[in-house]
Amino acid sequence: MSVASEEQVEPRPSDVAQPAIRLQNVVKQFSSDGPVIVDDLTLDVAPGEFVSLVGASGCGKSTLLNIISGLDKQTSGVVETSGRPSFMFQEAALMPWLTAGKNVELALTFSGVPRAERKTRARELLALVHLERAYDQRPHELSGGMRQRVAIARSLALGRSILLMDEPFAALDAITRDLLHEELTRIWQETGLAVLFVTHNVREAVRLSQRVLLMSSRPGRIIREWRIGGHEPWRLDSPDVASLASEITDELRKEIVRHAG
Amino acid sequence: MPVDSSVDETTPTDLKRLESGLDNLETGGRQKASAKSYLVRLLSPLIAIAVIIVIWQLAFALKFQPDYVLPGPGQVWDALSQQAQQDLLWQSVYNSIRRAAQGFLFSIAIATPIGLALGFYPWLRAIFGPIVTGLQQLPSVAWVPAAIIWFGLSDATIFAVVLLGAVPSIINGLLAGMDQIPPIYLRAGKVMGAKGFGRTWRIVLPAAWPGYLAGLEQGWAFSWRSLMAAELIAVSPALGPGLGQMLDTGRSLGNMALILGAIAMIMAVGILIERLIFSPLRQRTLRNRGLIR
Repeated sequence: MSVASEEQVEPRPSDVAQPAIRLQNVVKQFSSDGPVIVDDLTLDVAPGEFVSLVGASGCGKSTLLNIISGLDKQTSGVVETSGRPSFMFQEAALMPWLTAGKNVELALTFSGVPRAERKTRARELLALVHLERAYDQRPHELSGGMRQRVAIARSLALGRSILLMDEPFAALDAITRDLLHEELTRIWQETGLAVLFVTHNVREAVRLSQRVLLMSSRPGRIIREWRIGGHEPWRLDSPDVASLASEITDELRKEIVRHAG
Repeated sequence: MPVDSSVDETTPTDLKRLESGLDNLETGGRQKASAKSYLVRLLSPLIAIAVIIVIWQLAFALKFQPDYVLPGPGQVWDALSQQAQQDLLWQSVYNSIRRAAQGFLFSIAIATPIGLALGFYPWLRAIFGPIVTGLQQLPSVAWVPAAIIWFGLSDATIFAVVLLGAVPSIINGLLAGMDQIPPIYLRAGKVMGAKGFGRTWRIVLPAAWPGYLAGLEQGWAFSWRSLMAAELIAVSPALGPGLGQMLDTGRSLGNMALILGAIAMIMAVGILIERLIFSPLRQRTLRNRGLIR
């Protein structure tokens, strides 16, 4: 790691193996004379690791996800992934002309699952997010939380080993978000996905992740890292979450104040 | 990865029941439109028709125009029955609908790939877009004289005119639909690995469908009215009867009842097609996407 680490950690086997995501000296500028959005950013995400990226608005978190997913291109630097990542947005982005089940089947279609298997697979995936009953419902008939769960099922349908998440729960109410945290943790544990989770909610990051990275704004760099690995994910209201979250929040505020001018 | 979920304070069953409860709370009390409301929508225009017939009958009874200028509803009915007895009425209606429908389907087949190409390639659209819009502005009846010289008094003439009427509307409708696709659907498609034909067929066309459907509806209206213009001008025994030809027969015989009868039939077909095909399609599209209840 090129960044200041909160604690010295023994390299785990997953750090040594081929990483799921590897970024080396990635730079992004939207125009040659424009601001540097992402600056010389180096980062590894191990297979099966859950990493959160925290930062103030406009720090280039989303741009970074777009680059990793291939929706956008870096100006310079190396981006390597062990396979095509799946991507969840803040909006569920379900196709409004398809039912929840057909939305999942659409992803199965694009990932080459034979027609005969799609329906069964889609039902299994919806059952995994506890939405087997919603198969025939249209996205507008579902609540925001249900739509995001369908979006999770759709992401899983792609059969990828990396999941990028861009503030996927930001638009949800607190009760729903809390349930979706548990849901995501459970699915992550069952599937062994490598997750890179972008959020501006520090508690959420601490609650879900094994590792939290703090990003500075303009230019976007990783300025600090906290490892939370080696235990079960926490509940949002646990004292551990609260104390680490307030520590990270302090750092985040220092970074924001730096821009006060 | 540690996979001992018992450490978690909520067990998976709890989570499932919690979510199920929340889902029911958040989506309860929604209902779907009934078959009754569909029937009401289908039949309500009949009221307007009844009102028109009553006013017409009154105007006729007051006799402020002679019969040959303003025949009454009864006389128009008689003129149409007379045509029906000679088998001409249904043959005319059938021929006209067949020509318009064939021309319309052919127009869809031509306009859809062109519309997609113009939508996918902005430079192509910059070059050809204005011509398409120009063609849409031009009343397609303006093509009738040219088409008669090119194709003679044949079905080809009628098709050419119908096509020139419908194709630009469908192209522009599809383009409008493509312009309004929220970019998030295309991004989601890209993440799923959608490309080429699969992307067009499963994402772009369904996402553009509301605008495309509006274009199809307008394209049909243009097909139908272009056909009437073509039939009215291109009259030949080789072409067989049609509603436009019926108008021409009425004109040459000075039979006002027959003219009004043909006009009524042309309108009736237009209304029926809209009510039976386009209106349900539009309602279903909007309802499925949650744009109306």
